[in-house]
Amino acid sequence: MSIIEVNQLTKIFGNEPEKAIPLLKQGWTKERILKEKKLTVGVNAASFSIEAGQIFVIMGLSGSGKSTLIRLLNRLIEPTSGEILFHGSDIVRMNAKELREFRRKSMGMVFQKFALFPNRTVLRNVEYGLEVQGIRKPERQEMALAALELVGLKGWENSYPDQLSGGMQQRVGLARGLANDPDILLMDEAFSALDPLIRKNMQDELLQLQATMQKTIIFITHDLDEALRIGDKIALMKDGSIVQIGTPEEILMNPANRYVEKFIEDVDLSKVLTASHVMTRPETITLERGPRVALQLMRDRGVSNLYVTDKSRRLLGVLTAEGASAALKEGLALEDITLEEVPSVSPGTYLNELFETMAATKIPLAVIDDTKRLIGIVIRGAVLAALAGNAVPEAGEAG
Amino acid sequence: MNLPKLPIGRGIEALEAWMEDQFGPIFDFIRIIIGSLVDFIHMALNSGPSLLMIALLTVLTWFLGKWKLASFALIGLLLIDNLGYWDNAMETLSIVLSASLLSIVIGVPLGILCARSGLIQGIVTPVLDFMQTMPAFVYLLPAVSFFSLGVVPGVIASIIFAVPPTIRLTNLGIRQVPGELVEAADAFGSTPNQKLFKLQLPIALPTMMAGINQTIMLSLSMVVISSMIGAQGLGADVYRAVTQTKTGTGFEAGISIVVLAILLDRMTQKMVNKNKRQR
Repeated sequence: MSIIEVNQLTKIFGNEPEKAIPLLKQGWTKERILKEKKLTVGVNAASFSIEAGQIFVIMGLSGSGKSTLIRLLNRLIEPTSGEILFHGSDIVRMNAKELREFRRKSMGMVFQKFALFPNRTVLRNVEYGLEVQGIRKPERQEMALAALELVGLKGWENSYPDQLSGGMQQRVGLARGLANDPDILLMDEAFSALDPLIRKNMQDELLQLQATMQKTIIFITHDLDEALRIGDKIALMKDGSIVQIGTPEEILMNPANRYVEKFIEDVDLSKVLTASHVMTRPETITLERGPRVALQLMRDRGVSNLYVTDKSRRLLGVLTAEGASAALKEGLALEDITLEEVPSVSPGTYLNELFETMAATKIPLAVIDDTKRLIGIVIRGAVLAALAGNAVPEAGEAG
Repeated sequence: MNLPKLPIGRGIEALEAWMEDQFGPIFDFIRIIIGSLVDFIHMALNSGPSLLMIALLTVLTWFLGKWKLASFALIGLLLIDNLGYWDNAMETLSIVLSASLLSIVIGVPLGILCARSGLIQGIVTPVLDFMQTMPAFVYLLPAVSFFSLGVVPGVIASIIFAVPPTIRLTNLGIRQVPGELVEAADAFGSTPNQKLFKLQLPIALPTMMAGINQTIMLSLSMVVISSMIGAQGLGADVYRAVTQTKTGTGFEAGISIVVLAILLDRMTQKMVNKNKRQR
């Protein structure tokens, strides 16, 4: 179910901004409106919907309107036209009191430059959103402490923001955004001010937190790698308009136009695509079957290995053609012969982490989930095809 | 071509007469309030013998500025006492403190209003320019006709002269609060008042204190001028010395004013710094 639905949301800056709306509908460009009407188009008819629990990334270069767009969502900037439906009710039409209530209860926000209150301790910063709601001190302190623990800052509650490093300050910002347990968390270039290593750590931690919290996160970034890493869905913006919305693969594999193509040109796909993107269906066999069946299966499917699993598809090893024929000669059951060990990876492993393992073995890598069940295999051809930007061949062609 | 002279002077006089007619009781009320405030502070400052008061003030300055400030306070105040100006210095101090206190009470809310509304700022700023650049002697006259002679018109004139820095720097301090912090306060659903008291005023405080410091200094600089309309204290001593060309007395009273000025200045500055360290 979508938690946020945005329809034709537009922001024009300048005097009498409404005048530009019909012009935009007639197809005037941003430049022409600026030149002839002296009005600046911030966001032009943005429409999208966000599912609950999703990380929705809005990305674009500076000046593309992404920071304006996120501020329209909680009306830090007043929209010129359009609607924002939150569980069906229009945020744009809320009066001051309703809006305040909505901001207090339903939306948290994390800022690019942290925006921590320098006159307050870490704890009192995190408490802020609860304090303005009028929650009593012991209760709000408890909630704030829980939020601080969540971001790994237990023990720092009495420090002042300027005593912390950038990464820690942004953790405080994150804790402050989470303290009132909002449905939606707005993150405005939240990690852009951090240096690359810490940024990557924070991304990982955000994903870990997200796995347990299941918040709806709207994340702004100008960094494509970041968008691809954390986004469930990505909206790409240019000149105030949304150019393409899709999953990271959709954007990488089917760019909507030349602009998106140029944008993703330099993406290192091996750092974006994971084993789950390129894996194909493995040929499997269970131990109860005999070597004769195994050999027949190999001949039929044109493969030289079979992945041996138990009944609940837990991977036991690989049966090679040589192993099977040797067993047949000596009259052994599959249970009694040694299976080849096969390197296994988890579905979330990035391709660039697979290369070394793949180079060391002839057998396609097994992809197993966290209960050790075999869910796919990675063959070299599929990896190469994916890196070349082609769609991965369908399962069943494994070799 | 000979244009007739604009009747500004006559207009002002007519306005003065009209206001005296219309608002007489209000002016009387203000006179009583300010008069009792000055009397109260004066009484407090004279509640003990001079040496006891000097000891108390020295202890107070020690808390604010440790040995350096405390020793200056001790020596300076003993000097005033020794020269025989203690009573008049306390009279002056009570006028200055009353004027400063009232300037803060008037100036801080006005500064907040200016920070909230560009329109109000646009109206208030030129008025402040006018108040600060108009020679102070000029508004002594209406002050006297509204509040009669004595200490009250002196306090009023001091407020008019001294309140602008508090208004300006309160406005500036609030406007200088970084936009992102204001955004953050808004994003978490603060009411305008919550934003003001939890964020803007605490962050603006050092700037506001600088304005208040200026206000105190300016009201101290008005003491001699106020003495022309009957305000007592060190200002009257200086004024008398000038009219009688008594250089020595003039200097003695002048030095006493300087001691008070430095003391008040350092004390307010220390308050600012203390505040900065606490945050």
